[in-house]
Amino acid sequence: MSDFVQHIINGLASGTIYALVALGYTMVYGVLKLINFAHGDVMMVGVYLGYGTAFQLGRGSQSSFLGVLLIFLVAMAGCALLGFVIERFAYRPLREKPRLTALITAIGISFALSYGFQLDWVAHLGSASVTLLPGAAPRAFPEIIKPTEWLVFGDRDVVVWNWQVISLGIAVALMVGLQLLVFKTRFGSAMRAVSFDHRTAALMGIPTDRVIATTFMLGSALAAGAGLLYAIKDTAVQPLMGTYVGLKAFVAAVIGGIGHVPGAVVGALLLGLCEEFVVGYTSSSWRDAVAFGFLIAVLLVRPEGLFGRAVAEKV
Amino acid sequence: MTEGATQVLGERRPREPLLEVKELRVSYGAIKALHGITLSVGKGEVVALIGSNGAGKTSTLRAVSGMVKPAGGRITLAGADVTGLKPNLLVPRGMAHAPEGRGIFLNLSVLENLELGAYLRRDRAEVTKDAEYCFSLFPVLAERRKQQAATLSGGEQQMLAISRALMSRPTLLLLDEPSLGLAPQVVQTIFRILREVNGRGVSILLVEQNAHLALALADYGYVLETGELAMAGPGQELLASPEVRRAYLGE
Ligand SMILES: Nc1ncnc2c1ncn2[C@@H]1O[C@H](COP(=O)(O)OP(=O)(O)OP(=O)(O)O)[C@@H](O)[C@H]1O
Ligand SMILES: [Mg+2]
Repeated sequence: MSDFVQHIINGLASGTIYALVALGYTMVYGVLKLINFAHGDVMMVGVYLGYGTAFQLGRGSQSSFLGVLLIFLVAMAGCALLGFVIERFAYRPLREKPRLTALITAIGISFALSYGFQLDWVAHLGSASVTLLPGAAPRAFPEIIKPTEWLVFGDRDVVVWNWQVISLGIAVALMVGLQLLVFKTRFGSAMRAVSFDHRTAALMGIPTDRVIATTFMLGSALAAGAGLLYAIKDTAVQPLMGTYVGLKAFVAAVIGGIGHVPGAVVGALLLGLCEEFVVGYTSSSWRDAVAFGFLIAVLLVRPEGLFGRAVAEKV
Repeated sequence: MTEGATQVLGERRPREPLLEVKELRVSYGAIKALHGITLSVGKGEVVALIGSNGAGKTSTLRAVSGMVKPAGGRITLAGADVTGLKPNLLVPRGMAHAPEGRGIFLNLSVLENLELGAYLRRDRAEVTKDAEYCFSLFPVLAERRKQQAATLSGGEQQMLAISRALMSRPTLLLLDEPSLGLAPQVVQTIFRILREVNGRGVSILLVEQNAHLALALADYGYVLETGELAMAGPGQELLASPEVRRAYLGE
């Protein structure tokens, strides 16, 4: 019984991280009908930005409250900027082109980031050296939040870690905020209008380019936050991590019904739980098979995802 | 009398110009939809643009509202050159376009659709008043204000499209086939409202295939044939002309 509870806690904790990344996929798909395959890699860049900031702060300040806040802010702002640049220069020029063109571009950007970051590139400025590209070797993410056991039940039957509670808290806050933004604000109505039909949205006076760019920036910032939570848990940072986490989150978004905000969250939590249970009761080598098995199972029964609406494609 | 290839009937009552379109050309890649058309809408005027399928009526409205970039020509609105401006810059200049196919946001509620029509306005209290005015024009919408727009009938969607266009308080309203696919009674209602809206000083450029209704409402009309203006004249005179009766009224 206590195993079961422990698995639920662990599953929810990893599920919330997938959820934050999945939200980015689903938001961008919502406004552009584009699967942004570079999304996971943007997350990876965010993790490295956080890593660099932690490194600059040094051992003392990186684990202070202000230090952690600064690490998150730098990573999220940096990724928002990266998301803006990608949308402005890679996707916007292709907006009126067939969707496949943008999809292939997204895959290209994904490769450019994940392989570009495997290069070693250190700039020497006088005596100082600045790492511009980190290289392929995995690095250990600094302990900016020292793992401690917050709640222990019985004889260590069930353990709740501080980072689990923190990441759950951050994730829930971000999701609620996003839901309010989309459904309760003027910008949210504009987002939903652009998502449904961006040409007609422009006729309302909505600056569609700006709405799309802002959505990209929001999604990218969320990814950076999620990436940092992942790095705090997993501690190993390497350039291909984005592809790996991104794929899982993409699966979660599709399970929930891509374009559907709460659907992405539910899909991600289910995926996290599913993985945790299978790994817990069998072996960890099943982890990835579970994700895709789950995806196939859902798509066989409901091709539009759990919450998605089946829509006839307009020709 | 003719201007270029356009046969012009009767006299147009002079008005202060609001929209002037000169030598407008529109292409989609290799396909040329408009070959240089010239038309105008005066202040307070209802102008009808009629023509058969594929004549270029929708392309004309799209170029005027900035949805497509013209391949040539000039568009002026209230004296200012607005050629090639994006739609979101034309709305604040008083242009509203209820597009072909109604363009309702089916994922939003009726009220949210209306509010988006007033997206650029900051006077919340006045926006609420205008929404109530639209509901008074079309009481069926009032009962459905919280409903998803997807649940509306075609006629209700058209009413919503017109209401939403009015929410920006336009001086010029572009309407693309508001009667399409609707029952005669609903069409009557909509045209009655258009007359009322025009009575409040809104100029209207009305694209229609229902030539009879459109010309009966319009002060002035143009007949578009495969990207060129074939005829122009006051609504009544066009209605009376044998060519129009033969080609568009099925006589
Ligand atoms: N997006 C597009 N791409 C290519 N060709 C187009 C496009 N839109 C319109 N056309 C072509 O331009 C011409 C004029 O089309 P337009 O839609 O303006 O006609 P219309 O008068 O509005 O017709 P209808 O009464 O059927 O709505 C047609 O030959 C049409 O096939
Ligand atoms: Mg048309």
